[in-house]
Amino acid sequence: MTVAKRIIPCLDVDKGRVVKGVNFVNIQDAGDPVEIAKRYDDQGADELTMLDITASNETRETTYKTVESIAGQVFIPLTVGGGVRTTKDIKRLLRSGADKVSINTAAVNNPDFIKEAADKFGSQCIVVAVDAKATDETFSSWEVVTYGGRERTGINVIEWVNTVKEYGAGEILLTSMDRDGTKEGFDNKLTKSVSSSVSIPIIASGGVGTLQHLVDGIKKGGAEAVLAASIFHFSEFTVQEAKQAMLESGLEVRN
Amino acid sequence: MTKIAVIDYGMGNLHSVSKALEEVATTEEIIVTSDPETIKRADKIVLPGVGAIKDCLEAFSDDLRSVTLELIRDKPTLAICVGMQMLLESSEENGGVKCLNVLDGRIVKIPASKDIKIPHMGWNKINFLSDHFLWSNIPNNSFFYFVHSYCCLSSCDAISETTHGANLISALGKDNIFAVQFHPEKSQNLGLQLYKNFLDWSV
Repeated sequence: MTVAKRIIPCLDVDKGRVVKGVNFVNIQDAGDPVEIAKRYDDQGADELTMLDITASNETRETTYKTVESIAGQVFIPLTVGGGVRTTKDIKRLLRSGADKVSINTAAVNNPDFIKEAADKFGSQCIVVAVDAKATDETFSSWEVVTYGGRERTGINVIEWVNTVKEYGAGEILLTSMDRDGTKEGFDNKLTKSVSSSVSIPIIASGGVGTLQHLVDGIKKGGAEAVLAASIFHFSEFTVQEAKQAMLESGLEVRN
Repeated sequence: MTKIAVIDYGMGNLHSVSKALEEVATTEEIIVTSDPETIKRADKIVLPGVGAIKDCLEAFSDDLRSVTLELIRDKPTLAICVGMQMLLESSEENGGVKCLNVLDGRIVKIPASKDIKIPHMGWNKINFLSDHFLWSNIPNNSFFYFVHSYCCLSSCDAISETTHGANLISALGKDNIFAVQFHPEKSQNLGLQLYKNFLDWSV
Protein backbone atom coordinates (compact mmCIF):
# COMPACT_ATOMS: atom_id res chain seq x y z
CA MET A 1 0.00 0.00 0.00
CA THR A 2 1.21 3.43 -0.84
CA VAL A 3 -0.50 6.73 -1.63
CA ALA A 4 -3.97 6.62 -3.13
CA LYS A 5 -4.40 7.90 -6.68
CA ARG A 6 -5.93 11.35 -6.59
CA ILE A 7 -8.79 12.99 -8.43
CA ILE A 8 -8.40 16.74 -8.69
CA PRO A 9 -11.25 18.85 -10.05
CA CYS A 10 -9.95 22.08 -11.53
CA LEU A 11 -11.68 25.43 -11.26
CA ASP A 12 -10.77 27.94 -13.95
CA VAL A 13 -11.60 31.24 -12.32
CA ASP A 14 -12.11 34.54 -14.07
CA LYS A 15 -12.89 37.63 -11.95
CA GLY A 16 -14.23 35.54 -9.10
CA ARG A 17 -16.38 33.17 -11.21
CA VAL A 18 -15.71 29.65 -12.40
CA VAL A 19 -15.70 29.51 -16.18
CA LYS A 20 -15.16 26.85 -18.77
CA GLY A 21 -14.19 27.29 -22.37
CA VAL A 22 -12.39 25.30 -24.98
CA ASN A 23 -8.94 26.69 -25.74
CA PHE A 24 -9.90 29.94 -24.08
CA VAL A 25 -12.86 30.59 -26.39
CA ASN A 26 -16.60 30.03 -25.88
CA ILE A 27 -16.21 30.82 -22.20
CA GLN A 28 -19.26 29.74 -20.22
CA ASP A 29 -20.07 30.69 -16.64
CA ALA A 30 -20.03 27.59 -14.44
CA GLY A 31 -20.77 29.21 -11.09
CA ASP A 32 -19.46 30.41 -7.75
CA PRO A 33 -16.03 28.97 -6.86
CA VAL A 34 -16.77 28.45 -3.17
CA GLU A 35 -20.03 26.61 -3.84
CA ILE A 36 -18.42 24.46 -6.49
CA ALA A 37 -15.42 23.73 -4.28
CA LYS A 38 -17.74 22.63 -1.48
CA ARG A 39 -19.69 20.40 -3.83
CA TYR A 40 -16.52 18.64 -4.99
CA ASP A 41 -15.33 18.30 -1.41
CA ASP A 42 -18.64 16.64 -0.46
CA GLN A 43 -18.28 14.29 -3.41
CA GLY A 44 -14.87 13.13 -2.19
CA ALA A 45 -12.41 15.16 -4.28
CA ASP A 46 -8.87 14.52 -3.06
CA GLU A 47 -7.62 18.00 -3.83
CA LEU A 48 -8.70 21.10 -5.69
CA THR A 49 -6.84 23.22 -8.19
CA MET A 50 -7.85 26.76 -8.94
CA LEU A 51 -6.41 28.56 -11.93
CA ASP A 52 -6.75 32.30 -12.16
CA ILE A 53 -7.11 32.54 -15.93
CA THR A 54 -7.02 36.33 -16.14
CA ALA A 55 -4.24 36.74 -13.58
CA SER A 56 -4.01 40.47 -14.09
CA ASN A 57 -2.96 42.88 -11.39
CA GLU A 58 -6.46 44.34 -11.24
CA THR A 59 -8.13 41.03 -10.43
CA ARG A 60 -5.42 39.78 -8.06
CA GLU A 61 -7.18 40.91 -4.89
CA THR A 62 -10.33 39.04 -5.96
CA THR A 63 -8.22 35.92 -6.36
CA TYR A 64 -6.80 36.19 -2.83
CA LYS A 65 -10.31 36.64 -1.46
CA THR A 66 -11.58 33.62 -3.39
CA VAL A 67 -8.67 31.51 -2.13
CA GLU A 68 -9.39 32.64 1.41
CA SER A 69 -13.08 31.74 1.18
CA ILE A 70 -12.42 28.34 -0.34
CA ALA A 71 -9.69 27.51 2.18
CA GLY A 72 -11.93 28.61 5.04
CA GLN A 73 -14.63 26.11 4.13
CA VAL A 74 -13.00 23.24 2.36
CA PHE A 75 -10.53 21.11 4.28
CA ILE A 76 -8.67 19.41 1.47
CA PRO A 77 -5.51 20.64 -0.29
CA LEU A 78 -5.82 23.59 -2.60
CA THR A 79 -3.38 24.44 -5.39
CA VAL A 80 -3.57 27.88 -6.95
CA GLY A 81 -2.02 28.90 -10.24
CA GLY A 82 -2.14 31.63 -12.85
CA GLY A 83 0.17 34.61 -12.97
CA VAL A 84 2.49 33.47 -10.19
CA ARG A 85 5.67 35.44 -10.93
CA THR A 86 7.41 36.33 -7.67
CA THR A 87 8.05 34.85 -4.24
CA LYS A 88 5.83 37.65 -2.96
CA ASP A 89 2.93 36.25 -5.03
CA ILE A 90 3.60 32.82 -3.54
CA LYS A 91 3.75 34.08 0.01
CA ARG A 92 0.49 35.96 -0.42
CA LEU A 93 -1.27 32.89 -1.87
CA LEU A 94 0.01 30.61 0.88
CA ARG A 95 -1.03 33.11 3.53
CA SER A 96 -4.48 33.27 1.91
CA GLY A 97 -4.83 29.54 2.40
CA ALA A 98 -3.36 27.90 -0.71
CA ASP A 99 -1.34 24.79 0.07
CA LYS A 100 0.55 24.73 -3.19
CA VAL A 101 1.14 27.16 -5.99
CA SER A 102 1.47 26.31 -9.62
CA ILE A 103 4.09 28.14 -11.68
CA ASN A 104 4.06 28.05 -15.44
CA THR A 105 5.35 30.82 -17.70
CA ALA A 106 7.51 32.40 -14.99
CA ALA A 107 9.37 29.10 -14.61
CA VAL A 108 10.04 28.84 -18.34
CA ASN A 109 11.23 32.44 -18.51
CA ASN A 110 13.43 32.06 -15.45
CA PRO A 111 14.10 28.52 -14.15
CA ASP A 112 15.98 29.98 -11.17
CA PHE A 113 12.62 31.16 -9.90
CA ILE A 114 11.70 27.52 -9.20
CA LYS A 115 14.84 27.13 -7.12
CA GLU A 116 14.24 30.34 -5.25
CA ALA A 117 10.64 29.38 -4.53
CA ALA A 118 11.48 25.81 -3.47
CA ASP A 119 14.29 26.99 -1.20
CA LYS A 120 12.05 29.52 0.45
CA PHE A 121 8.78 27.63 0.80
CA GLY A 122 9.79 24.00 0.36
CA SER A 123 9.40 21.75 -2.67
CA GLN A 124 6.12 20.39 -1.33
CA CYS A 125 4.25 23.54 -2.26
CA ILE A 126 5.84 24.20 -5.64
CA VAL A 127 4.00 22.69 -8.57
CA VAL A 128 5.39 23.41 -12.01
CA ALA A 129 2.74 23.43 -14.71
CA VAL A 130 4.09 22.11 -18.00
CA ASP A 131 2.03 22.69 -21.13
CA ALA A 132 3.17 20.29 -23.82
CA LYS A 133 2.53 20.09 -27.53
CA ALA A 134 3.66 17.37 -29.92
CA THR A 135 6.41 18.43 -32.31
CA ASP A 136 5.62 15.88 -35.00
CA GLU A 137 2.67 13.99 -36.38
CA THR A 138 3.61 10.72 -34.69
CA PHE A 139 3.10 12.34 -31.26
CA SER A 140 6.30 10.94 -29.84
CA SER A 141 8.20 14.10 -29.02
CA TRP A 142 6.88 17.18 -27.26
CA GLU A 143 7.92 20.73 -26.66
CA VAL A 144 6.99 23.16 -23.92
CA VAL A 145 4.52 25.85 -24.93
CA THR A 146 3.46 28.95 -23.03
CA TYR A 147 0.61 31.44 -23.14
CA GLY A 148 -2.05 28.77 -23.47
CA GLY A 149 -0.25 27.05 -26.31
CA ARG A 150 0.20 30.11 -28.47
CA GLU A 151 3.93 30.42 -27.90
CA ARG A 152 6.33 27.60 -28.75
CA THR A 153 9.57 27.54 -26.77
CA GLY A 154 11.55 24.80 -28.51
CA ILE A 155 12.29 23.26 -25.09
CA ASN A 156 12.01 19.47 -25.02
CA VAL A 157 9.44 18.39 -22.43
CA ILE A 158 11.45 15.46 -21.04
CA GLU A 159 14.53 17.62 -20.57
CA TRP A 160 12.42 20.35 -19.03
CA VAL A 161 10.71 18.15 -16.43
CA ASN A 162 14.10 16.87 -15.34
CA THR A 163 15.32 20.42 -15.01
CA VAL A 164 12.34 21.53 -12.94
CA LYS A 165 12.76 18.50 -10.70
CA GLU A 166 16.45 19.36 -10.20
CA TYR A 167 15.48 22.93 -9.37
CA GLY A 168 13.16 21.72 -6.64
CA ALA A 169 9.65 21.34 -8.05
CA GLY A 170 7.58 19.02 -5.86
CA GLU A 171 5.07 18.02 -8.48
CA ILE A 172 4.33 18.47 -12.17
CA LEU A 173 0.97 19.42 -13.60
CA LEU A 174 1.30 18.11 -17.13
CA THR A 175 -1.21 19.37 -19.68
CA SER A 176 -1.40 18.14 -23.24
CA MET A 177 -2.29 21.19 -25.30
CA ASP A 178 -3.10 18.87 -28.20
CA ARG A 179 -5.81 17.26 -26.10
CA ASP A 180 -6.98 20.10 -23.87
CA GLY A 181 -10.68 20.72 -24.41
CA THR A 182 -11.08 17.87 -26.90
CA LYS A 183 -12.64 15.27 -24.57
CA GLU A 184 -10.62 12.61 -26.40
CA GLY A 185 -8.67 11.57 -23.30
CA PHE A 186 -5.21 12.39 -21.95
CA ASP A 187 -2.17 12.05 -24.17
CA ASN A 188 -1.09 8.93 -22.29
CA LYS A 189 2.07 8.52 -24.33
CA LEU A 190 3.16 11.96 -23.19
CA THR A 191 2.21 11.25 -19.57
CA LYS A 192 4.05 7.92 -19.63
CA SER A 193 7.21 9.46 -21.10
CA VAL A 194 7.21 12.08 -18.37
CA SER A 195 6.19 9.88 -15.43
CA SER A 196 8.84 7.31 -16.22
CA SER A 197 11.59 9.88 -16.50
CA VAL A 198 11.17 11.80 -13.22
CA SER A 199 10.71 10.67 -9.64
CA ILE A 200 8.28 13.42 -8.55
CA PRO A 201 4.49 12.98 -8.83
CA ILE A 202 2.78 13.80 -12.12
CA ILE A 203 -0.76 15.13 -12.44
CA ALA A 204 -2.19 14.36 -15.86
CA SER A 205 -4.37 17.03 -17.43
CA GLY A 206 -6.04 17.95 -20.69
CA GLY A 207 -8.65 16.05 -22.64
CA VAL A 208 -10.82 14.15 -20.17
CA GLY A 209 -14.23 13.26 -21.58
CA THR A 210 -15.09 9.95 -19.89
CA LEU A 211 -14.38 8.18 -16.63
CA GLN A 212 -12.30 5.59 -18.49
CA HIS A 213 -9.99 8.44 -19.52
CA LEU A 214 -9.22 9.08 -15.84
CA VAL A 215 -8.40 5.42 -15.29
CA ASP A 216 -6.20 5.38 -18.40
CA GLY A 217 -4.25 8.43 -17.24
CA ILE A 218 -3.12 6.42 -14.25
CA LYS A 219 -2.89 2.93 -15.70
CA LYS A 220 -1.46 3.79 -19.13
CA GLY A 221 0.09 7.16 -18.32
CA GLY A 222 1.53 6.30 -14.92
CA ALA A 223 0.20 9.53 -13.35
CA GLU A 224 -0.20 9.86 -9.60
CA ALA A 225 -3.21 12.10 -9.99
CA VAL A 226 -5.70 13.12 -12.66
CA LEU A 227 -7.13 16.56 -13.17
CA ALA A 228 -10.36 17.39 -14.91
CA ALA A 229 -12.61 20.39 -15.18
CA SER A 230 -15.55 20.31 -17.52
CA ILE A 231 -16.78 16.75 -16.88
CA PHE A 232 -17.40 17.77 -13.27
CA HIS A 233 -18.60 21.36 -13.72
CA PHE A 234 -21.68 20.58 -15.70
CA SER A 235 -22.44 17.50 -13.60
CA GLU A 236 -21.84 15.06 -16.42
CA PHE A 237 -20.13 12.97 -13.76
CA THR A 238 -19.62 13.35 -10.04
CA VAL A 239 -16.26 12.87 -8.36
CA GLN A 240 -17.84 9.91 -6.57
CA GLU A 241 -18.63 8.22 -9.88
CA ALA A 242 -15.07 8.85 -11.01
CA LYS A 243 -13.72 7.24 -7.85
CA GLN A 244 -16.05 4.29 -8.27
CA ALA A 245 -14.74 3.77 -11.80
CA MET A 246 -11.16 3.89 -10.55
CA LEU A 247 -11.94 1.49 -7.73
CA GLU A 248 -13.61 -0.96 -10.10
CA SER A 249 -10.56 -0.95 -12.33
CA GLY A 250 -8.45 -2.01 -9.37
CA LEU A 251 -6.87 1.32 -8.45
CA GLU A 252 -6.34 2.36 -4.86
CA VAL A 253 -8.44 5.43 -4.05
CA ARG A 254 -9.45 7.16 -0.85
CA ASN A 255 -13.00 6.20 -0.05
CA MET B 1 -12.71 29.90 28.15
CA THR B 2 -10.02 27.53 26.91
CA LYS B 3 -7.45 29.41 24.88
CA ILE B 4 -5.73 27.61 22.01
CA ALA B 5 -2.59 29.35 20.77
CA VAL B 6 -1.56 28.60 17.19
CA ILE B 7 2.08 29.63 17.17
CA ASP B 8 2.79 32.04 14.34
CA TYR B 9 6.49 32.15 13.61
CA GLY B 10 5.90 33.24 10.04
CA MET B 11 6.20 29.86 8.33
CA GLY B 12 3.09 27.86 9.05
CA ASN B 13 -0.04 26.91 7.18
CA LEU B 14 -1.78 29.06 9.76
CA HIS B 15 -4.87 29.97 7.84
CA SER B 16 -5.84 26.36 7.23
CA VAL B 17 -4.97 25.23 10.73
CA SER B 18 -6.87 28.01 12.48
CA LYS B 19 -9.87 27.65 10.17
CA ALA B 20 -10.04 23.94 10.88
CA LEU B 21 -9.85 24.56 14.63
CA GLU B 22 -12.53 27.24 14.40
CA GLU B 23 -14.71 24.83 12.46
CA VAL B 24 -14.76 22.36 15.36
CA ALA B 25 -14.44 24.78 18.31
CA THR B 26 -17.46 25.22 20.53
CA THR B 27 -16.40 27.42 23.43
CA GLU B 28 -12.65 27.46 22.78
CA GLU B 29 -10.92 30.60 21.62
CA ILE B 30 -8.46 30.11 18.75
CA ILE B 31 -5.65 32.66 18.74
CA VAL B 32 -3.03 32.85 16.01
CA THR B 33 -0.15 34.59 17.70
CA SER B 34 3.55 35.34 17.80
CA ASP B 35 3.35 37.26 21.06
CA PRO B 36 5.13 35.46 23.94
CA GLU B 37 2.81 37.03 26.55
CA THR B 38 -0.28 35.75 24.76
CA ILE B 39 1.27 32.31 24.36
CA LYS B 40 2.01 32.19 28.09
CA ARG B 41 -1.69 32.54 28.84
CA ALA B 42 -2.72 29.74 26.47
CA ASP B 43 -4.17 26.46 27.71
CA LYS B 44 -3.18 24.46 24.65
CA ILE B 45 -0.56 24.87 21.95
CA VAL B 46 -0.66 24.14 18.25
CA LEU B 47 2.69 24.18 16.46
CA PRO B 48 2.25 24.18 12.67
CA GLY B 49 5.04 24.16 10.14
CA VAL B 50 5.48 24.21 6.42
CA GLY B 51 8.51 24.55 4.22
CA ALA B 52 12.18 23.96 4.77
CA ILE B 53 13.07 23.02 8.34
CA LYS B 54 16.08 25.33 8.59
CA ASP B 55 13.91 28.33 7.73
CA CYS B 56 11.31 27.20 10.24
CA LEU B 57 13.88 26.85 13.01
CA GLU B 58 15.43 30.19 12.15
CA ALA B 59 12.06 31.91 12.03
CA PHE B 60 11.26 30.40 15.41
CA SER B 61 12.99 33.20 17.31
CA ASP B 62 14.59 32.82 20.74
CA ASP B 63 11.75 34.56 22.60
CA LEU B 64 9.12 32.50 20.92
CA ARG B 65 11.10 29.32 21.25
CA SER B 66 11.75 29.60 24.97
CA VAL B 67 8.14 30.38 25.85
CA THR B 68 6.88 27.59 23.59
CA LEU B 69 9.31 25.06 25.00
CA GLU B 70 8.28 26.01 28.51
CA LEU B 71 4.60 25.57 27.76
CA ILE B 72 4.90 22.29 25.92
CA ARG B 73 6.37 20.72 29.05
CA ASP B 74 2.86 20.28 30.40
CA LYS B 75 0.17 21.91 28.20
CA PRO B 76 -1.59 19.77 25.61
CA THR B 77 0.34 20.33 22.39
CA LEU B 78 -0.37 19.39 18.80
CA ALA B 79 2.52 19.66 16.33
CA ILE B 80 1.98 19.33 12.59
CA CYS B 81 4.33 18.34 9.75
CA VAL B 82 7.51 20.42 10.04
CA GLY B 83 6.17 21.42 13.48
CA MET B 84 6.43 17.74 14.37
CA GLN B 85 9.86 17.40 12.78
CA MET B 86 11.18 20.39 14.76
CA LEU B 87 10.37 18.56 18.02
CA LEU B 88 12.69 15.67 17.21
CA GLU B 89 16.44 15.45 17.76
CA SER B 90 17.80 16.43 14.38
CA SER B 91 17.09 16.55 10.67
CA GLU B 92 19.13 15.73 7.59
CA GLU B 93 17.39 18.45 5.62
CA ASN B 94 19.30 21.59 4.57
CA GLY B 95 22.64 19.87 5.13
CA GLY B 96 21.77 18.78 8.68
CA VAL B 97 20.19 20.78 11.50
CA LYS B 98 19.77 20.30 15.22
CA CYS B 99 16.15 20.32 16.31
CA LEU B 100 14.44 20.90 19.65
CA ASN B 101 14.95 17.41 21.05
CA VAL B 102 11.59 17.05 22.79
CA LEU B 103 10.61 13.76 21.16
CA ASP B 104 12.70 10.72 20.30
CA GLY B 105 13.81 10.22 16.71
CA ARG B 106 15.66 11.75 13.79
CA ILE B 107 14.45 13.13 10.47
CA VAL B 108 15.96 11.63 7.35
CA LYS B 109 15.22 11.78 3.65
CA ILE B 110 12.45 9.35 2.67
CA PRO B 111 14.35 6.30 1.36
CA ALA B 112 14.02 6.19 -2.42
CA SER B 113 12.71 3.02 -4.00
CA LYS B 114 11.52 2.02 -7.43
CA ASP B 115 7.80 2.23 -6.90
CA ILE B 116 7.46 5.41 -4.91
CA LYS B 117 7.42 9.08 -5.70
CA ILE B 118 9.09 11.67 -3.50
CA PRO B 119 7.70 14.00 -2.10
CA HIS B 120 5.27 11.63 -0.41
CA MET B 121 2.27 13.59 -1.58
CA GLY B 122 -1.33 12.58 -1.24
CA TRP B 123 -3.67 10.45 0.83
CA ASN B 124 -2.23 7.51 2.68
CA LYS B 125 -3.38 5.20 5.44
CA ILE B 126 -2.28 5.46 9.03
CA ASN B 127 -1.82 2.28 10.98
CA PHE B 128 -2.19 2.71 14.74
CA LEU B 129 0.70 1.38 16.79
CA SER B 130 -0.96 2.30 20.05
CA ASP B 131 -4.19 3.71 21.43
CA HIS B 132 -4.51 7.38 22.02
CA PHE B 133 -7.31 9.75 22.97
CA LEU B 134 -6.69 11.69 19.75
CA TRP B 135 -7.67 8.64 17.71
CA SER B 136 -11.23 8.79 19.14
CA ASN B 137 -13.83 8.21 16.40
CA ILE B 138 -11.08 7.69 13.82
CA PRO B 139 -10.96 4.14 12.44
CA ASN B 140 -7.59 2.44 12.15
CA ASN B 141 -6.20 2.54 8.57
CA SER B 142 -7.99 5.78 7.70
CA PHE B 143 -6.63 8.03 4.97
CA PHE B 144 -4.89 11.28 5.87
CA TYR B 145 -3.18 13.82 3.64
CA PHE B 146 0.62 13.87 3.55
CA VAL B 147 3.11 16.09 1.84
CA HIS B 148 6.75 15.79 2.80
CA SER B 149 10.15 14.62 1.57
CA TYR B 150 11.79 14.00 4.94
CA CYS B 151 10.51 11.66 7.61
CA CYS B 152 11.10 9.86 10.86
CA LEU B 153 11.73 6.11 10.43
CA SER B 154 11.90 5.02 14.03
CA SER B 155 11.09 6.47 17.41
CA CYS B 156 10.16 5.07 20.78
CA ASP B 157 7.40 7.74 20.81
CA ALA B 158 5.80 6.42 17.60
CA ILE B 159 2.03 5.89 17.76
CA SER B 160 1.18 5.31 14.11
CA GLU B 161 2.98 4.36 10.94
CA THR B 162 2.33 4.73 7.23
CA THR B 163 3.79 2.83 4.32
CA HIS B 164 5.42 4.72 1.49
CA GLY B 165 8.12 2.37 0.28
CA ALA B 166 9.44 2.19 3.83
CA ASN B 167 7.32 2.35 6.98
CA LEU B 168 7.31 5.98 8.08
CA ILE B 169 6.26 7.21 11.51
CA SER B 170 3.09 9.20 10.86
CA ALA B 171 2.30 10.20 14.45
CA LEU B 172 4.23 10.44 17.69
CA GLY B 173 2.96 10.96 21.18
CA LYS B 174 4.46 11.46 24.58
CA ASP B 175 2.65 12.66 27.68
CA ASN B 176 1.00 15.97 26.72
CA ILE B 177 2.40 16.08 23.19
CA PHE B 178 0.81 14.71 20.03
CA ALA B 179 2.68 15.22 16.79
CA VAL B 180 1.66 14.26 13.28
CA GLN B 181 3.51 14.14 9.97
CA PHE B 182 0.26 14.47 8.00
CA HIS B 183 -1.99 17.50 7.72
CA PRO B 184 -5.26 17.04 9.63
CA GLU B 185 -6.43 20.45 8.38
CA LYS B 186 -6.26 19.03 4.84
CA SER B 187 -7.69 15.62 5.66
CA GLN B 188 -11.38 16.49 5.42
CA ASN B 189 -13.78 15.08 8.03
CA LEU B 190 -11.35 12.78 9.80
CA GLY B 191 -8.83 15.60 10.05
CA LEU B 192 -11.48 17.80 11.64
CA GLN B 193 -12.28 14.93 14.01
CA LEU B 194 -8.65 14.86 15.09
CA TYR B 195 -8.75 18.60 15.86
CA LYS B 196 -12.00 18.05 17.76
CA ASN B 197 -10.29 15.34 19.79
CA PHE B 198 -7.41 17.68 20.52
CA LEU B 199 -9.82 20.31 21.83
CA ASP B 200 -11.49 17.67 24.02
CA TRP B 201 -8.21 16.25 25.27
CA SER B 202 -7.26 16.77 28.87
CA VAL B 203 -3.85 15.61 29.95
